[in-house]
Amino acid sequence: MAKRIAIECAHAASLAAKLANVDVIAAYPITPQTHIVEKLSEYVANGELDAEYINVESEHSAMSACIGASAVGARCFTATAGQGLALMHEMLFIAAGNRLPIVMTVANRCLSPNLSIWGDQSDIMASRDCGWIMFFAENAQEIFDLVLQAFKIAEDERVLLPVAINFDGFYVTHVIESLEALDQEEVNKFLPPRKIPPHALHPDHPTTWGPIGLPDIQTELKKQHDEALRNSKNVIKEVWKEFGDLFGRYYEALELYRMEDAEIAILLMGGSCGTARVAVDKLREKNEKVGLIKLRLFRPFPSEELFEATKNVKVLAVIDKSISIGGVGGPLFTEVRAAFYDLEVRPKIIGFIAGLGGRDVKVEDFVNVAEKSKKVLAGEKIEKDFMFLQVRE
Amino acid sequence: MSELKLNPKPSWKELPIASIIPEPATSRFYKTGDWRSFRPIKDKSKCIHCGLCWVFCPDGAVKFAEDGSFPIDLDYCKGCGVCAEECPSGAIKMVEEVEE
Repeated sequence: MAKRIAIECAHAASLAAKLANVDVIAAYPITPQTHIVEKLSEYVANGELDAEYINVESEHSAMSACIGASAVGARCFTATAGQGLALMHEMLFIAAGNRLPIVMTVANRCLSPNLSIWGDQSDIMASRDCGWIMFFAENAQEIFDLVLQAFKIAEDERVLLPVAINFDGFYVTHVIESLEALDQEEVNKFLPPRKIPPHALHPDHPTTWGPIGLPDIQTELKKQHDEALRNSKNVIKEVWKEFGDLFGRYYEALELYRMEDAEIAILLMGGSCGTARVAVDKLREKNEKVGLIKLRLFRPFPSEELFEATKNVKVLAVIDKSISIGGVGGPLFTEVRAAFYDLEVRPKIIGFIAGLGGRDVKVEDFVNVAEKSKKVLAGEKIEKDFMFLQVRE
Repeated sequence: MSELKLNPKPSWKELPIASIIPEPATSRFYKTGDWRSFRPIKDKSKCIHCGLCWVFCPDGAVKFAEDGSFPIDLDYCKGCGVCAEECPSGAIKMVEEVEE
């Protein structure tokens, strides 16, 4: 039976990986991720989890070890953050391109310099084109559920892609929350052992992975990968339906809050959604028609769901916790704007950069976003289509 | 040598997942001799059968025949010229390939 417990969010990821009965964990410690794999190493050391725990010398090696193990058919898990994800960058593409269903949690952390261990989303945004399925979680329950769902989605033979589950370093990872934890029997019902694909590495039937790709094959290979990632949305929805039917918690690509008659919508990913909800409630008390769209699924990008959710929205304010320096705005903002470009009727889309290097994004910041959005709604010109929200001039 | 079952110019749908090659040693079916711009010509009268061409060939394109000779398999020879460089008796010359 599911049991309600208090748990640190990082440990919610470890617990889910343990219940998923992973075969191999290869990881290198890095703040604010460390607690996740630390807990898993404890599980292995005290015999609660029968898995190979590989201590590696870097995150590049962590991902490489997962790639090798996953290629023979093992269920693999790792976790990283910030510089660790950056060091892993090269191997992220190898994992996805070779269609290996590795599951990784990323405790989102700012990229240096300066040396910042604090949370923002610049790590994963710098790797967003690596061809992984990507989720953003807000709390312990979501982390726990998404890790379990991730294995099911990743290993589905219609998908066979790695999955990254992102959540803010410290603001989420180090917080103790309430979690309805499933027991082993329940998890086993939902997530059977990994089915080893026929092309898996085996000495009895050798296969060649990642051979030289001459110009006459690479286009087809990338198209195949792109189609697989796009089509994974159907399987993600199927898995969410099955999970909801079994355990009563239903998930969707977007989570809408007070969006019914909203003219202004605030769109963001991750832990600050909780703060944004408080801000929306405050604004609603003043009869402001403001709502929140939480983006849970980032890859494949849920354009259709976003169009549907914003049908009646006049101003869409996108919050980025990272910056594309010298670009046309934050990465989420530019993607959202690009997605909407061909729509005949679309909201005015403005972008805000906030929460860099762990700077707290407060209720007042979201109220400020709504105030600026109201000006746009009233037809006022704003200086720039995107702006730094919390910068000292 | 079995026949290659893979389509060399597949559509993205026909391509095996991640373009994983499902059987071993398929490089045999890829005739890399097409890449060659210089062809090694061996003068059998000068060859002392030392086998250095066989040792040095980076592509395994020099064979060790039963009669003790070292014939060059032009299906796979890329024309790098290492054999000609290393041949101690000057038995191998590189001759430019010309379109016929």
